[in-house]
Amino acid sequence: MKDQNLQPQNSIRGWHWAILAALVLVVLLVPIPAGATAPTERTLHIEASRFEYNPAILKVNPGDKVTIELVATDVVHGLSIDGYNLEAIADPGKTARITFIANRQGSFRFHCTTTCGNLHPFMIGKLEVGRNTWLLRAIGLVGMALFAGAWKGRK
Amino acid sequence: MTRLQDTLWVDEIAPGSKVGRSSKRYSIPSRVNLYRIPWLHALLESRWPQFLVRALTLIGFVFTITTALFGSRVGSHNFAIIMVWIAWWTTLKLGFIPFGGRSWCSICPIPLPGDWLQNGGILVKSERKRGLNLRWPKSLRGSWLQSSGFLLIGLFSAVTLTDPHVTGWVLLALFTLAIGMSLVFEHRAFCSYICPIGGFSGIYAKSAPVEVRVVDKEICAKHGDKSCYQACPWGLYPLAMKDSSACGLCMECLRACPKDNLALNLRPYGSDLGRPPTSSRLDESWLALIMLGSALAFSAVFTGPWGWLKSSAFEIGSQAWLAYAAGFLVLNVLFLPALFTLCVWSWKKISHNSSPLRRLIVSQAQGLLPLGLMAWIAFTISFAFPKLNLVLGVLNDPFGWGWHLLNAASSSNSLDVSGFSPYLQVALLLVGVFWSASVTRKLTGSDGTHNSFPNIPVLAFYLVYSIVMVWLLVG
Repeated sequence: MKDQNLQPQNSIRGWHWAILAALVLVVLLVPIPAGATAPTERTLHIEASRFEYNPAILKVNPGDKVTIELVATDVVHGLSIDGYNLEAIADPGKTARITFIANRQGSFRFHCTTTCGNLHPFMIGKLEVGRNTWLLRAIGLVGMALFAGAWKGRK
Repeated sequence: MTRLQDTLWVDEIAPGSKVGRSSKRYSIPSRVNLYRIPWLHALLESRWPQFLVRALTLIGFVFTITTALFGSRVGSHNFAIIMVWIAWWTTLKLGFIPFGGRSWCSICPIPLPGDWLQNGGILVKSERKRGLNLRWPKSLRGSWLQSSGFLLIGLFSAVTLTDPHVTGWVLLALFTLAIGMSLVFEHRAFCSYICPIGGFSGIYAKSAPVEVRVVDKEICAKHGDKSCYQACPWGLYPLAMKDSSACGLCMECLRACPKDNLALNLRPYGSDLGRPPTSSRLDESWLALIMLGSALAFSAVFTGPWGWLKSSAFEIGSQAWLAYAAGFLVLNVLFLPALFTLCVWSWKKISHNSSPLRRLIVSQAQGLLPLGLMAWIAFTISFAFPKLNLVLGVLNDPFGWGWHLLNAASSSNSLDVSGFSPYLQVALLLVGVFWSASVTRKLTGSDGTHNSFPNIPVLAFYLVYSIVMVWLLVG
């Protein structure tokens, strides 16, 4: 008797989770417009001083041919972009250049590659290539996780 | 609280009286008693294995202080900086706490010499105890001082985490304080009330899958000697334990129990959460909010692209640092507690809840723990993973004196973890927000409400916090 009563409830519960899983897939897979214009050539000038890039946030479009001019203003600094396998090292007062095609969309951190002081491991900048679709999807998923958690915890 | 002296009702238990329901031995629902596994029983029963591990961590700790004070001044090339703030700190958050609660406390070297002095022996307690054995002042109980210690670390974090000398002096100060306090106060006063890491581990141990608990409460209540309490270096009485926040998993109670009535249980995650609180003390709620705020602040300072923020946190005493310190304190001490209080108050009004606000805050703060733990782990992925390659370098040359102990090349580059870190961090935060929402919803109705109106304001608090955290980490 007990099992018979539980069976329909369990199947309803199963449907709820199946709908949630489907929504998760929609959030993960729905195409989001890149919000980008036609690729172009860009030259970005960055000044690196102890523990800081200026500007620290670079924005380019997917497909852009990007040249970064790195100038070290105090000691030797480097620049390596996650996901792009590139590195530039600039001596004090001198300019180092790297050129690459921004063919990977999203948000990427870049770091100093030459020990420049105590906060060297945390000398970080950010390269944004087009719209950060993972951030938008993640925010959607957070909302769904919140709803699912509240649903699961109900009495 | 779980200490015998704080648990009035324990004194009232007469031998032979019934305490709770007598459960069937070794068959607590949803629990697996690891102490029944023969090889693990043997390993825990003897003090030697634990002593050897603690002796090794003590040697490592002394060596770490030595390298901090006498090794390279460059943080990324110093053994102490890399092993403490990258290797150990990561292992604590990704290993010890989520899988073992306060298990680090069971092998922590800091209170070890103090334990020896207090006990008058290394493996076995002598009859004559040393030190004053005073009780810790009642007004200073709880986690207020641990929270303050954590805030202090946060204020000076950019220097402490990167300057070997400062790290060395901080470790030495903690070591000296622990020894000094063991000679003045009874039990592990330093670990229970001062150590910020103890506070951090303790609060998140409530969500961990390990606990030490009494098997049969009736047997325990009838036992007059209370040998478990006599043996516990933390001064805890296992029968009175409501949660795992104060238990350092030292296993002394299991060894001491003549009735074999204590269990080291594997339990479902979050077993201590989602239950009505047993007290209205705000200290743990405050600690939970500080942990949440600190994860946010550290993510911005250490993994964000804002150089001015890093410099402000680093230049102690400057105007910029004063502004940073004010911002950090306002976020942790005023803004988040006020916002959370406002959320709980709004829910109290909406749901016509009759419980006092203070009690509701304590109860609802339980929901902050899963999200806080996952936020810390997610932050650690960005903070420490790119620097893990530095571990090999400092093992190769601990003092930065040009040694080649492992014949390995050192590198100052960060590892590229962009291939997996944004996905892993989001997944962790999703687990945290799901878990927190579930705990909060579970508490709805058990807090004096007559309806099951969902706690939308507190859920909104989680949502906003998680979105900010996601933006900081993967934005």
